Amino acid sequence: MLGSGIIKGLAVTAKNFVGSFHDPERLPTVEYPEKRLTLPEAYRSFPFLVFDGENAIDGLRCVACKMCENECPPQCIYIIPERDEKGRPVKKPKVFDIDLSVCMGCQICVEVCPFDSIKMDQVFEVAATNRFEGLIAHREMLAKSNTYYHQIRPTEAAEVDTRLAEEKRLAEEKAKAAAAAKAAAAAKAAAAPKPVATTAPASATAPAAAPASPAKPAVAAPSPSPSSSSSAAAPMAAAPKPPATTP
Amino acid sequence: MTATLERLPLLVRDWITGFFPEPVRWLVSGLLAIVAILAVFGLYFAYLTLAERKFLGRFQNRPGPNRTGPFGLLQPFADAVKALTKEDIVPQAADKLLHFLAPCLVVAFGLISFAVIPFGRYLIPVDLDAAVLYFFAAGVSSELALFMAGWASHNKYSMISAMRALAQLISYELPLLLAVVPVIMLSGTLSTSKIVVAQGGWTFGIIPHWNVLTPWGFAGFFIFMIAAVAETNRSPFDLPEAESELIAGHLTEYSGFKYALFFMAEYFGMSALCGLGVTLFLGGWQAPIDILQVVPSYVWFMVKLSCVIFCLMWVRATLLRLRIDQLTRLAWKFLVPLGLINLGNAAFWHLSADWSGPLQIVRWAISAAVIVIPFVLIGRTLSSGLAPRTYRYAT
Repeated sequence: MLGSGIIKGLAVTAKNFVGSFHDPERLPTVEYPEKRLTLPEAYRSFPFLVFDGENAIDGLRCVACKMCENECPPQCIYIIPERDEKGRPVKKPKVFDIDLSVCMGCQICVEVCPFDSIKMDQVFEVAATNRFEGLIAHREMLAKSNTYYHQIRPTEAAEVDTRLAEEKRLAEEKAKAAAAAKAAAAAKAAAAPKPVATTAPASATAPAAAPASPAKPAVAAPSPSPSSSSSAAAPMAAAPKPPATTP
Repeated sequence: MTATLERLPLLVRDWITGFFPEPVRWLVSGLLAIVAILAVFGLYFAYLTLAERKFLGRFQNRPGPNRTGPFGLLQPFADAVKALTKEDIVPQAADKLLHFLAPCLVVAFGLISFAVIPFGRYLIPVDLDAAVLYFFAAGVSSELALFMAGWASHNKYSMISAMRALAQLISYELPLLLAVVPVIMLSGTLSTSKIVVAQGGWTFGIIPHWNVLTPWGFAGFFIFMIAAVAETNRSPFDLPEAESELIAGHLTEYSGFKYALFFMAEYFGMSALCGLGVTLFLGGWQAPIDILQVVPSYVWFMVKLSCVIFCLMWVRATLLRLRIDQLTRLAWKFLVPLGLINLGNAAFWHLSADWSGPLQIVRWAISAAVIVIPFVLIGRTLSSGLAPRTYRYAT
């Protein structure tokens, strides 16, 4: 019959009208400045720099390698590395600026960064009264703590933390190994002239102990790290001491 | 107590006119009526715009304006300040006098229709004998102002859409009048106050004797409201100023407060027409139930008026805009024939007034059939071949 469609339509709008007063599904508006939706974890706006520890500038993970600056498609990143008084780079950025009016949020800087030091932020309220100074984010503004990073994207931050810890452990082991090799080489160099000078039977135990375990005494020697095998280090600790004191 | 409340506006008027000498009292009382209408309906207009925006929001699942004051209650004043502070641009080629006159006239014609509407038992600004005739004469003259706006702008878009507006308004003038005629036939008077009095009384104290509760009255109200929506240029018949299709119709060259005046006129026209609809079909200021007569009559009038206007907003939130040919076809092929049949129906109702007992049921059945059968038949002929629509490329 003529008009039945109109009545159906009126019923639909009436449902919306009545429902908007009691059914949250029929009034989905979130009144923004007062109420906010929680942003999805993958949401990204502009990059920021992660720092560890308390001090924002000293704790920056960034080493001013300029990889992000080179890769940035709209070239909105500007870096000057810090140099010491002799003019050598000290692996810190002196200037790290991002022009937010140019940044397109492509996340390429985050992907190329080998140190996990630049990450995407979730701040979208960056309105400024001036499009030049107002929208250029300096190092101080960009530096945000690791805890903040954990707040905005917990899973990704946890992943990064475990990866960094693993890298740190490997690097430490490598350093220990290197230090041990160095120490062994030094010990060898120190022990080598000894047999020439005095072929004493008492000293024969020391050169025998040192070449037999080149790595294990070295672990105990430079650091009291709990990660290294302390059970192995304890009996050996006694052994290298006499040769060290003998010269 | 009830009687005092009922007469309260009159007492206030008498108190104010008491300060003036006898020879000018008639003038003061006339001016007071004008001031009262301007104040009440000016404020009503202001909050109608807010209510419309709030309700449309709710119909569309959003809260509507709520930033200006609590619940957005200061929004109309913010809008007024905005309209007043905007630059008033008059095109160089425009007819300056007519361009200025058109918005003023359109508001004036919208306002003078209020003069004959009985707002309460004792509240009628001018109790004319030919009030209905006067109302339509005043209403039609706003079409003149509308065309004046289109003509004075000296802009072909304004001109064409003013002509379209005229085509629409003249098309719908006929069903509007045809819907009103049965009421005049059956009440035997053109005076709005007498028409309302004729609808007084209740069956068993709960069923009011309103015209809308009879077959011919229901059909008349139905036709009247459709035509009233078209007459006031509201969606779905808002072709003269269809925002998405035309620039702004005859309002293209208007800016600032003149533009606001056209809107004011639209809302005044809508209030006046709905007020007439309430007067003719919904019993005017009569209470719906006998015992509710304790509430003053002017409150009942405003409640009914607001309900009718709410229904118009509801329709606006639901329906899409019609095409101009669909619009005129609806008027000439559907509403006018139905209105003419309804005229005959009202004549039958008038002739069968003395039927009683079981004949009363026969009378109702015949009257209902006379209007429902043509409705179904005309509807079928009009929509044959049109629905269900098939799409060639869409699935």
